[in-house]
Amino acid sequence: MSKMLLDVQDIRTEFWVSGNGLFQPKRKLCAVDDVSFSLREGETLGVVGESGCGKSTLGRSLLRLIEPTAGKVVWQGKDIAGLSPEEMRQKRRDMQMIFQDPIASLDPRMTIGDIIAEPLTVFEAGLSKVERRGRVLDVMDTVGLSGDMLNRYPHEFSGGQAQRIGIARAIITRPKLVVCDEPVSALDVSIQAQIINLLQELKRKFGLTMIFISHDLSIMRLISDRIMVLYLGRVVELADKADLFADPKHPYTRALLSAAPVPDPKTARARQRIVLRGDPPSPLNPPSGCAFRTRCPLAEARCATREQELTPVSEGHEIACEVVAETGPRLA
Amino acid sequence: MTENIFKSENLTVRFDTPDGEVQAVSGLNLTIAPGETVAIVGESGSGKSQTFLSVMGLLAKNGKASGKAILEGRDLLTMRPRELDVYRGRDISMVFQDPMTGLNPSLKISRQLTETLEVHQGCTRQEADAKALAMLEAVGIPDPKSRFRMYPHELSGGMRQRVMIAMALLCEPKLLIADEPTTALDVTIQAQILELFAQLKDRFNTALVLITHDLGVVAGLADRVFVMYAGRVVEEAPVDDLFEDPKHPYTKALLASTPRIDTDLESLEPIPGRPPNLQRLPKGCAFAARCAFAEAQCREIKPALNPVADRRTCACLLVPTEERASA
Repeated sequence: MSKMLLDVQDIRTEFWVSGNGLFQPKRKLCAVDDVSFSLREGETLGVVGESGCGKSTLGRSLLRLIEPTAGKVVWQGKDIAGLSPEEMRQKRRDMQMIFQDPIASLDPRMTIGDIIAEPLTVFEAGLSKVERRGRVLDVMDTVGLSGDMLNRYPHEFSGGQAQRIGIARAIITRPKLVVCDEPVSALDVSIQAQIINLLQELKRKFGLTMIFISHDLSIMRLISDRIMVLYLGRVVELADKADLFADPKHPYTRALLSAAPVPDPKTARARQRIVLRGDPPSPLNPPSGCAFRTRCPLAEARCATREQELTPVSEGHEIACEVVAETGPRLA
Repeated sequence: MTENIFKSENLTVRFDTPDGEVQAVSGLNLTIAPGETVAIVGESGSGKSQTFLSVMGLLAKNGKASGKAILEGRDLLTMRPRELDVYRGRDISMVFQDPMTGLNPSLKISRQLTETLEVHQGCTRQEADAKALAMLEAVGIPDPKSRFRMYPHELSGGMRQRVMIAMALLCEPKLLIADEPTTALDVTIQAQILELFAQLKDRFNTALVLITHDLGVVAGLADRVFVMYAGRVVEEAPVDDLFEDPKHPYTKALLASTPRIDTDLESLEPIPGRPPNLQRLPKGCAFAARCAFAEAQCREIKPALNPVADRRTCACLLVPTEERASA
């Protein structure tokens, strides 16, 4: 088996948000709540959940773009939580990020060439101008951009092309880990497929390790090796992709899977949909015990009293639901 | 077949822009029967939203619609705004993608709902309140009495979308247009809203136009589908036929590039390139530049929308007209 690249232990990220009124005390919002997982080299971990579940905050906390409140992020055997800003900056050469809004994540006043070259000027300052240009052209070719676009500005590009630029910038330092935060959600279907295929190709070619954050389980099914399902900042299920789709255990995962639309009318009609009642609760005021219990078809009295710990139910498959762990999944 | 409730004839939408005229929708002919759900599918810029904004008289100032849009025998495009107001909200109404911008932030939910009833049905305040409350209940809003007195910002996204739907349904319109009604919502909330549409369709027998880019949403709800590309309909078919045996190369390509939750795929087949600029549409088929089957003639001749099978049309030179299988 390949080497461990990243080991995350009980990471927690809290924000303080203003109170209800001018003189009300600030309130604590726990966006990421004791999340633990590990990642091997070359693996792609999908992080899935609905808006407000903390998936983006988790991605940013790992790279310390948002400072986590507690927990350890062990990168190749060393905890990066204690690193000074300068040391952390050097580490980021190996960990890059791709953002959701492809146009907004590019500086409108820089040329494409300068945008893609910027990481090199930071991390490989010794390169000559010619070498740097060579590397930029090289990476542009890899992501499918033609070299004559070098001197153009971001506004001249469509969303799909802008995302290619974002990807080129992320991989030019040949990082080990790339965190992709909803990289295709803003794109049309036909363009989305181009970008997904490009990411898969890069993964094969460079052995990239990826954390792929998305709300879309059908994209996860294509690109991930393992999938982590988040609800209100907590991991509710973590499993190999094949296991998760064949045998989803947690009631929330099951609901998510059954709610995702299938592009086939016959399957769509035959399918039994689990429609959850109500909205996700506010992370400012999460329910006691298991956060999902207010919408869970299997909720029992005990769910309100105990927070659910992630426990293995089979090899490589963990869930945070004692009801299902004891009795097996049932439909309500 | 029953009488159509809505029919468009050669509907065309043009915009005057500083860079010249843009034709966003070209010569659209579509018919909708009472109680039917028709999906309009296309990517951004395909003209799917502009088509129905023009029908509702909601085009931007620089936009102009021509052709006909006939709702129960009356052409909406020739009406003056005052006249249109009689039908808008009563016989035809629309639900928008973003439920926050579709609602007035400074009015309570109650006022936004009762307004249409007072205008169109001459209800008194009390009657309107009672009807509006009943409708909130019908669209599945828990505790409607207290929600009734709230402002839009106090509701969640899914709840706001329900309010919009309630608003659109209050006068029991014959035609409801839903423009990407679930795109801004989370998956579990989307499932709730789609379920709601299915129930309401049965209950009120409303004809529904579903404008969307999501083939999954189409498969779950539509009876008939129009696929649009660069302002034109390229294919029209009953929903089962379209997914089982897509005829137009664009429809085929769109299906092949859609990720699926129900099967393991090795990779997707993306469509190369990107949609054409509407200002510089090619002479022949707009899709030819991205089409895997394109021949020399495709770049010269603009294909007409021809019948290719029972209740099916397709605009492609390579798909034989009438009853024969596709190439």
